[in-house]
Amino acid sequence: MSILKKLALAAGIATALSSAAMAADMTVGFSQIGSESGWRAAETSVTKQQAESRGINLKFADAQQKQENQIKAIRGFIAQGVDAILVAPVVATGWEDVLSEAKEAKIPVVLLDRGIDGPQDLYLTSVASDQVKEGKVAGDWLVGTVKDKDCRVVELQGTVGSTPAINRKKGFEEAIAGHSNISIVRSQTGDFTRSKGKEVMEGFLKAENGGKNICAVYAHNDDMAVGAIQAIKDAGLKPGTDILVVSIDGVPDLFSAMAAGEANATVELTPNMAGPAFDALAAYKKDGTVPPKFIITESKLYTPADDPKGEAERRKSLGY
Amino acid sequence: MTRISFGRIFNTQTIALVSVLLLNWILFPGFFKIEWQDGRLFGSLIDVLNRGAPVAILAIGMTAVIATKGVDLSVGAVMAMSGAVAATLVVAGYSGPVAVGGALAVGLACGLWNGVLVAMLDIQPIIATLVLMVAGRGIAQLITEGSIVTFSDPTLIFIGTGSFLGMPMPVVIAFALMVLVTLVVRKTAIGLFIEAVGVNRSAATLAGIRSRLLLLTVYSVSGICAAIAGIIVAGDIRGADANNAGLWLELDAILAAVIGGTSLLGGRFSIPMSVIGALIIQAMNTGILVSGYPPEFNLVVKAGIITVILMIQSPLAGQVLGFFGRKKSGASR
Repeated sequence: MSILKKLALAAGIATALSSAAMAADMTVGFSQIGSESGWRAAETSVTKQQAESRGINLKFADAQQKQENQIKAIRGFIAQGVDAILVAPVVATGWEDVLSEAKEAKIPVVLLDRGIDGPQDLYLTSVASDQVKEGKVAGDWLVGTVKDKDCRVVELQGTVGSTPAINRKKGFEEAIAGHSNISIVRSQTGDFTRSKGKEVMEGFLKAENGGKNICAVYAHNDDMAVGAIQAIKDAGLKPGTDILVVSIDGVPDLFSAMAAGEANATVELTPNMAGPAFDALAAYKKDGTVPPKFIITESKLYTPADDPKGEAERRKSLGY
Repeated sequence: MTRISFGRIFNTQTIALVSVLLLNWILFPGFFKIEWQDGRLFGSLIDVLNRGAPVAILAIGMTAVIATKGVDLSVGAVMAMSGAVAATLVVAGYSGPVAVGGALAVGLACGLWNGVLVAMLDIQPIIATLVLMVAGRGIAQLITEGSIVTFSDPTLIFIGTGSFLGMPMPVVIAFALMVLVTLVVRKTAIGLFIEAVGVNRSAATLAGIRSRLLLLTVYSVSGICAAIAGIIVAGDIRGADANNAGLWLELDAILAAVIGGTSLLGGRFSIPMSVIGALIIQAMNTGILVSGYPPEFNLVVKAGIITVILMIQSPLAGQVLGFFGRKKSGASR
């Protein structure tokens, strides 16, 4: 153990020396949750890219879905004397001790993608998307597309009770609230998966006169939309034309479907959470500018006009 | 009552299945409507068969395992692994049949692993298969590197979504497998051996049954069944989703076997009834989808119906029903 401590100390001194030699360079530790989804993998590779383009020395630690690993990694970063720490917290609770240690060591912490329960002074800022807004952007697109025509919408919800499912449903409902021509006629959970999305859509198609009564499908994530597109095709209808398809996330396979004319719109959940985080850190290090406590990333709408084929190719290289 | 063959049609399971289907019909009048579309049958009833096929296939292997007083918790993870292997192979440029062969080999290897732990090392089945349940999904994620591996190989897609004589391929495969395994266990002595090992392994061994070989075989069959289900699920969505493929399906497969009347204490089993059990579970799922209830009700409704079915099958209910049955037949005599 003492050898490890000495090594850590040596590494810390080395880092301190090198940062003294090149004042502009920053060493940032990044504790990632793991790689449980394609989006998470993309977030990791985008973070590495962003660090490289800014000349930031990124120390990456994969926690494999365990908070104890994240706490160990953060303590390691503190021992190494990094300039800042990025954390994508796997759970919301239990961060007080380790983040207080970081605070005592005067290392700013930025939360990525998810929040924590705890005093706000434990971290510099948090970068995350606004899930209600994502749903609202999707709903606004549908409102703008169908205009005055009647539109019966079927909804593929995420996992029952999960935060993104609740928020994305809420945002969409807010967007269509003032438009009596648009109504959600069926809503079921597809558990955020392709298989369940396909199965639920098959049921909806049977229940709504073979799909002839459905004007649009709104899926809480792209994977369910991809499953729904296959179900619509199996039913002998044209997804994207006979039934509009709108979803959230912006994964490559959805862009491929969009390029084939089978999907109409997706709201991007950007994997670039690190970019705004690095910007905030750079400003903070330079002249002590304290960023807002919650930095909200853009929820950009993509339609077939936004080069879906190119987007699909570009995103595949990110590890989705 | 140890031997239930194709001949016995009127029993608790078929009555339960028909009841659930009728309930669906009441909630959604178009439930029994079947159309011919693009060279295949199309309708809610077909959906029940098609979507129920993976669990039915798992249940075939699971029933044999449970009959030996074991359980195979790893089938969901094996599904994820076989799908991942098949998808990765076709993406790497191998042909469809090679990918199917590779996936089946993975299933066989997993089954043998479980079998060795249970039969050779005498580890309790629930623990032995728990190892692969946890590790298997991790291995699948390593194979796919955490993302969904999509493919366009015609062989795999045909297995998942193709049709034969108008029936979806998964249904055809599940039916063929059910007939094959039922014939093997009931037209030979193997079924009797399985039951003997399930009732008392030591006694069966002393009586001359090679119980180790039998257990190895049974777990291997379960592994291969899981691999087939994994190929179907991957072919269905044209991609291997290591995180979600087969997730919790081991529990559905055990439930299907139990609804089908297979005893968790071993020694009593019926392959066709387990398949009916799988269809009962799927009929409920499809029914919930077409009925239009909010998703918060899904699990409560399912649990309620399962409880009723299991209560009807309980020994007490059997005595009560048997009492009325005797009385009736007595009166007619």
